[in-house]
Amino acid sequence: MATRNILIVENLHHQFGKFKVLSGISLEVPEGRLTALIGPNGAGKTTFYNVISGKYVPTGGKVIFDGIDITGMPAYKIAPLGLMRSFQITNIFLKLSVLENVLVPLALHYGKTFSCLTSLGKEKSLAEKAMVILDQVGLKDRAFRPAFELPYGDKRLVEIAIALARRPKLVLLDEPTAGMNPEETERMILLIRNLSRESGTTFFLTEHDMKVVFSVAQYIFVLHQGELLAEGKPSEIRENKAVKEAYLGGALDA
Amino acid sequence: MGRNTSVKSQFISGVSIFGILALCPIFFPIYWTMILTEILIMGLFAMSFNLLFGYSGLLSFGQAGFFGLGAYATTISILHGVKSIWLAMLIGMAASAIGATLIGFLCVRRDEIFFAMLTLGFGMMIYTVAHNWRELTGGSDGLSLFMVPPIHFFGLEVSLEPPRAMYYFSLIIVAAAVYILWRVIRSPFGLMLMASRENKDRLYFVGANVKNIRLFAFVIAGVMAGLSGALFSLFNHMAAPSFVHWSFSARPVLMTILGGSEIFFGPACGAAIFFVLEQLVTSITENWMIVLGAILIPVVIFTPKGILGTVVSWFTDNKA
Repeated sequence: MATRNILIVENLHHQFGKFKVLSGISLEVPEGRLTALIGPNGAGKTTFYNVISGKYVPTGGKVIFDGIDITGMPAYKIAPLGLMRSFQITNIFLKLSVLENVLVPLALHYGKTFSCLTSLGKEKSLAEKAMVILDQVGLKDRAFRPAFELPYGDKRLVEIAIALARRPKLVLLDEPTAGMNPEETERMILLIRNLSRESGTTFFLTEHDMKVVFSVAQYIFVLHQGELLAEGKPSEIRENKAVKEAYLGGALDA
Repeated sequence: MGRNTSVKSQFISGVSIFGILALCPIFFPIYWTMILTEILIMGLFAMSFNLLFGYSGLLSFGQAGFFGLGAYATTISILHGVKSIWLAMLIGMAASAIGATLIGFLCVRRDEIFFAMLTLGFGMMIYTVAHNWRELTGGSDGLSLFMVPPIHFFGLEVSLEPPRAMYYFSLIIVAAAVYILWRVIRSPFGLMLMASRENKDRLYFVGANVKNIRLFAFVIAGVMAGLSGALFSLFNHMAAPSFVHWSFSARPVLMTILGGSEIFFGPACGAAIFFVLEQLVTSITENWMIVLGAILIPVVIFTPKGILGTVVSWFTDNKA
């Protein structure tokens, strides 16, 4: 059975003023395959995610998600279709509790945004769903703590939990292990692998830590100076000459 | 703050405050009953402001505009023959709802200082209309309400002319409005407001139209401000341009800072501190604003949570 492509990007261009950040990227992400986007700093990874997730309107090209053309759609309209993202710099609701952090996307998902006279405390089914998510990422026992009190690694998990809450079809993870110590990184890798296998969500991550990429990704795209340099299985990318040159040899041996 | 644990204690403290307030006129002289009426009305005004400031992270410098719309629309409709107080107040609230929807639509596109400046600008425009449209608003003299029509309540006719009657009337209306505000902040929508305050970008990326959320909050706050304005006009027997002046918009800001923006009753507590101090200080000196300033400075520097906020966090920290 041929797997369906959950994300199709066609000839995507983006530039800030005269500065070209993305020049003609085309790629496809099949449903269920844990895919990674790598590239040296400044290759355009985050811009690529920002364009797909609706932060910027691309200057050219097309983004098709789940059969729908989402090119240039604002983020708040893309998210309900089932495309969520996490951020490289932790971007959570700091003063809210961990549970509330997950309840925010859930309340949106179940159309409770404007219900202003019902009690949130009585939304038992939302709370249950939130607890399932927190259990998945391993934050269940910290559900009632304010998010700002958590150690860095746990805040990164809240970041992931928010992205997962709406049970999206595709999650873009922007450097999920950024700033983590080796132990936290290990935990994050395991989590992403398990989620990818069990949750029915497709994960597409950027990462600059090569160890993480090669241990977790099933398929890799390499971005270099705004263009797609190579794509393939981790073993193929490891041996790819152009990729090695782009990284000046160093990083891939790590 | 532990939302779930404090729900019950918040509710109980709310009911107790209501009970104490209901007993006050028995022990207080008429003069202080009137001060207390003003505190209730301005307390609601400050709490409406804090729905935007404390809960949504939006600093509005134009709340007096909606307060004034409520006051003028109520007064004008009574002067034009509306016999029912309820209907007149509803007209006042409708006027501020319409005003808040139109103005909010433009203001919620920006935040921080830009939002504050936009609300200030629109507030000044409303003031100018109130001041210059003499045929409708009475110009700089405002509109006098010679007689407040009695209310009809379960077949009973109650005059609001005696200060104690006005006090109880205000207490019931304010309590109902405060109860609604309390429901709003504890609802899923309240969570959206706090999320938009904490991180509007992330909220946007999880699928929320942040502008609409803010607009809805802006309208609720506007209607509540309009309701307090309506009460204020009945209490003062007038609607005056000073109600709409931008300096009047600073009052809920001061009260909220005094009492504390992070705590539900903070702004109302700030209103109480404001008026009680004003009474005490003006009986000694005319330079009330100097004293107010001298009090605000240490409050802002040493207790950024406000006076009530600081007291409550002492209490909860010691308990834990």
